[in-house]
Amino acid sequence: MAEAAALPTTEAVLGRSLWADAKARLFRNRAAVASMVVLAAIAIACLFGPLLTTHAYDRVHQDYVRTPPSLFAYPQPDQIRPAAERVAARMRARAEAIAVEGDALRLTLTAQRPIDERLLAFFDRSDLFGPARVIERAEEGRRLAVEVPVERRYFLFGTDANGRDLLTRTLIAGRVSLAIGFLATAVSITIGVVYGAVSGYLGGRVDLLMMRLVDILYALPFIFFVIMLVVFFGRNFVLMFIAVGAVEWLDMARIVRGQTLSIKRQEYVQAAEALGVTTSGILRRHIIPNTLGPVIVYMTLLVPKVILLESFLSFLGLGVQEPMTSWGVLISDGAKNIQGAAYMLIFPSLFLVATLFALNFIGDGLRDALDPKDR
Amino acid sequence: MEEAAASPILSVRGLHVRFRTGQGVLHAVKGIDLDVSAGETVAIVGESGSGKSQTVMALMGLLAANGWAQGSARYRGEELIGLPPAALNRYRGSKITMIFQEPMSSLDPLYRIGDQIALPLITHGGLSRRQAQARAVDLLRLVRIPDPERRLASYPHELSGGQRQRVMIAMALANRPDILIADEPTTALDVTVQARILELLAELKHRLGMAIVFITHDLGIVRRFAERTYVMKDGEVVESGATPALFAAPQHPYTRRLIEAEPRGRKTPPPPGAPVVLDAKDIRVRFELRSGLFGRARHEIRAVDDVDLDIRAGETVGVVGESGSGKSTLGRAILRLVPAAGLVRFEDRNLTPLDPRAMRPIRKHLQLVFQDPFGSLSPRMTVGEIVTEGLLVHQPALTGRERDKRAAQALEEVRLDPSSRNRFPHEFSGGQRQRIAIARALILRPKLVVLDEPTSALDRSVQSEIVELLRELQQEHGLAYLFISHDLAVVRALSDRILVMKEGRVVERGTTAEIFTQPREVYTRELMAAAFLSSTARSHLTRRVRSACGGNRPDHPAE
Repeated sequence: MAEAAALPTTEAVLGRSLWADAKARLFRNRAAVASMVVLAAIAIACLFGPLLTTHAYDRVHQDYVRTPPSLFAYPQPDQIRPAAERVAARMRARAEAIAVEGDALRLTLTAQRPIDERLLAFFDRSDLFGPARVIERAEEGRRLAVEVPVERRYFLFGTDANGRDLLTRTLIAGRVSLAIGFLATAVSITIGVVYGAVSGYLGGRVDLLMMRLVDILYALPFIFFVIMLVVFFGRNFVLMFIAVGAVEWLDMARIVRGQTLSIKRQEYVQAAEALGVTTSGILRRHIIPNTLGPVIVYMTLLVPKVILLESFLSFLGLGVQEPMTSWGVLISDGAKNIQGAAYMLIFPSLFLVATLFALNFIGDGLRDALDPKDR
Repeated sequence: MEEAAASPILSVRGLHVRFRTGQGVLHAVKGIDLDVSAGETVAIVGESGSGKSQTVMALMGLLAANGWAQGSARYRGEELIGLPPAALNRYRGSKITMIFQEPMSSLDPLYRIGDQIALPLITHGGLSRRQAQARAVDLLRLVRIPDPERRLASYPHELSGGQRQRVMIAMALANRPDILIADEPTTALDVTVQARILELLAELKHRLGMAIVFITHDLGIVRRFAERTYVMKDGEVVESGATPALFAAPQHPYTRRLIEAEPRGRKTPPPPGAPVVLDAKDIRVRFELRSGLFGRARHEIRAVDDVDLDIRAGETVGVVGESGSGKSTLGRAILRLVPAAGLVRFEDRNLTPLDPRAMRPIRKHLQLVFQDPFGSLSPRMTVGEIVTEGLLVHQPALTGRERDKRAAQALEEVRLDPSSRNRFPHEFSGGQRQRIAIARALILRPKLVVLDEPTSALDRSVQSEIVELLRELQQEHGLAYLFISHDLAVVRALSDRILVMKEGRVVERGTTAEIFTQPREVYTRELMAAAFLSSTARSHLTRRVRSACGGNRPDHPAE
C-alpha cells in the first residue's frame, strides 16, 4: 500500500485557505471596498501628485501669501495691473499703456532719467511675470516699451502664510503621515507579535518577567518620554518612529500574548510538540499565523492612531521640522490662521479625516471578514 | 405504553429548513413528517449533519439568523412555524422545553443555580420570589440533586457535569411541559453518569406523563429508551417506526448500516516474544494549585498515581476510565509531554533524564493522535504541510518536492485522495480530518502511537472505519498502540490488554477477554454495565446498573 508511488505525481487540487475565504468576504463589504479605493487614491495622489502640481513644496511665493484656493489661474486679471505698477515703481518708473494680450503683458515704462534695463529683472523676480523683453527704446532710454510674459499659476488649495502651494504641501505631508503611520505600525506590530508570542508560549517565569517589563514601559508617560528623546537626540524624523513604535508595541504584545495563551492549549500545538518541532518552529508555523487575524484588525486601527499621534507631536512642535511637513503640522498652521484663511485648516483636515475613516472602515470590514461568527 | 394511535400533540408536516450561506442556499431539512403523542418517547437518530437538530430548532424558533423554516408544525392544533417570537413564547419554555448537549455552556456562570431556576417561574409562572424558591427546591429534589436547599446557592462551576445536566432538566420541567426536547443530552457526559441521567429522564416521563423527543446519534440509547424512532439522513427521514420493529428488521440500507456500525471484530494478538517497545514504572504526575502571585502550593492533585505500563511491538494496550481519571495525562506523561516522576524506558534507552532538547530526536518514534479532529490540525496550513511537518524536523535534508511526494504517499496510506494535499483542514469532514491526523503521526514511521480518544468525536459509522484503518496500519508496520478511550466498544475491538483507571490509579488490569467477561472491580463492572446497557439483555443489565449505582445516588458522592 505504501509503495503506491505512481500517484504522487498527479496534480494536487488547490484548496481555499481561510485567508482566501476572508478576502472574498471582505470584498463583499461595500464600505470596506469603497474605503480601500479612497485610501489607495489618497496614497497614489500623495506619491505622484507632487510631481504634477508644478510647485515645489518648499517654494515661497512672496506675491501669493495666503492666496485663497481657486480653480482659475493666478494672477487674476485685476491683479496684473497693480502688480505691474508695483514693479515699475521699484524701477523708479511709471507704467503706462498697460495691456494684456493673452499670456503677455505690454506696457510702456517712463521715467525722469534713463531707465537701467538691468532693473527689468524685477519683473522676473516677481512671481507673476517672466523675464521682460524690450521692444522699443525712445527718448534716450527714458521711455521703454516692454513685453512681459505673464506666468499662470494654479493654487487649487490656495497658499499658506509663506506663500507656499498648499496642494503640494498637503500631498507631501500625506507622504510623511502615511509613511509614519504604516512604518511605525509595522515596526510596533513586528516587535509586539514576536514579543507577545514568545512571552505567551514560553509562559511561567519568562512570561512573568517579559510582561512586567511591558508594564513598566506602560507606566512611562508618553509625552515625557518623547521630550526626553528629543532632549537627548535632537529633533529627528527617525526619532518619531522610535518614539511611536516604542510605545505602540505594548498593546500589541498584550493582545498577542492573550491569543497565544489560548492557542498554545490547542491540540495542533501539542501535536507539533509531540512531533519534536522546535520552539521557534512552533511559534513561526503554528502560533503566529493563527494570531494574525486580530493583529491585522488591530493594525488598521493602529495606523490612524499613529497618524494622530504624529499630528499631536508635530502640533506640539516635537515632530516633523519645516520645510518638511505633515498633516499634523499643516493642521496646526491652519488652526493658527483660521481667521481669514480657513481653507488652510480645511484641506489637510479633509485628507486626514478621509484617511482615518477609510482605515477604520477597512478595520471593521476585516474584523467581520476574519471572524464571521461574531457579526 | 400508548401507541401512536392516540392523536398526536405535536404534528410536523413537510418541514423544510434552509440556510443562506456564502456558497448559496443549504437545504438542511427536506420536508419531513413527524408525530409526537402525549407521554411518548420519540427518538430522532442520525449522524452529524443529518438535520436532526435543525428540525427541533425550527420548531422552537431557534434557527440561526441566516436560516428559515417552511411547512407546518402544529402543537395541539396551533401552528408554530412562522409565529412571531412573542407568540411562540407562550409555548416555548413552558409547554415545549428543551435541554441541550453542553451543560457547561447552557447555564449562566454568573448566577446562582436557585436564581436561574426561579427566574422563569417568576416571569412566566407569576410566582412570588419565595414561592419560586420553594418550587426550585422541589424541582431539584425531583431531579435527584442531593441537599437541594444548599445547592440553590451554588454557582454552576461548583457542580459536576452530570449535576449541571440535572439542573438543566429541572429548569426544563419548571413549567410542567407537555413535550421535553432533549438534544444529545448525554453526549458530553461519562458513561456511568449518562446511564443515570437516562434513568432519571425515563422515570420523570412516567411520573409527569410528558412526551420526550430524544435527539441522538447513539443507537444504544435509542434502543433502550425510545418507543418510536425516526432515522434521518441528509435532511430526510429515511425510516420510521416502533423501535423494536425497526431494530429487528431495518428496511432502509442506511438504518442497517447504522445498526451494524458498532465496531466489530477483535484484534489478533501480537506474536509471542515481541520486543517491549516502552516500559514505564511508577509514573506519577502531580499538579499544584497555587494561590496568589507568590503563594505556596496549597493543594496538590494527583493526576496519575504510581502507574506501571509496558507495551510490546504490535500490541495495543487500552486505557479506559471516566473523564478526570488521568488517562490522557498518563498518555502524555509517557511521551514526556508533561513533567512526570517515574521511569520511562523506550527500547533500550532511559528517557527520564532527557531534557526537551535531547528528547527531540526520539520523538520521531513516539507519536500522538488526538480526540478532536477539528482542534488538532492547524487551520492555516495545508494538509500537505501538516502531514509533513515531522519530516521538516527529523529529515531536514528533504527537498520540498520530496516532501510533497511523501505527503501524497502518507495520505494514500490512510485512504485519502492524495490530490487533496493542498487543501485546508476545514474542507474535510471529521473522519477525514482524523485520517489526516493519523497520517501526520505515521509519516515518521513511529514505533509507538498514543491514541487519545481518536474516535470519540466521530459518528459511529466513521468510527468503525477508523478502527479498521488503525488495525490495518498496526498490522502493516508492527506499531504499538496505547489506546485511550472511554468508549468500551471501541476499546474491545482494538486492544490486547486493558488498564482501567480511576482517580489517577489503575484499579484493574488484564487481557481484553478477562476484563470484559469477568471484571473483578465494582468500578469496572459499573463501567461495563453503563456502556453495554443497550446492546443485550436490557432488563437484566438495567437491574445490574441499578444495584451498582445504588438507585438515586448522586453523580459524585465526594462532593
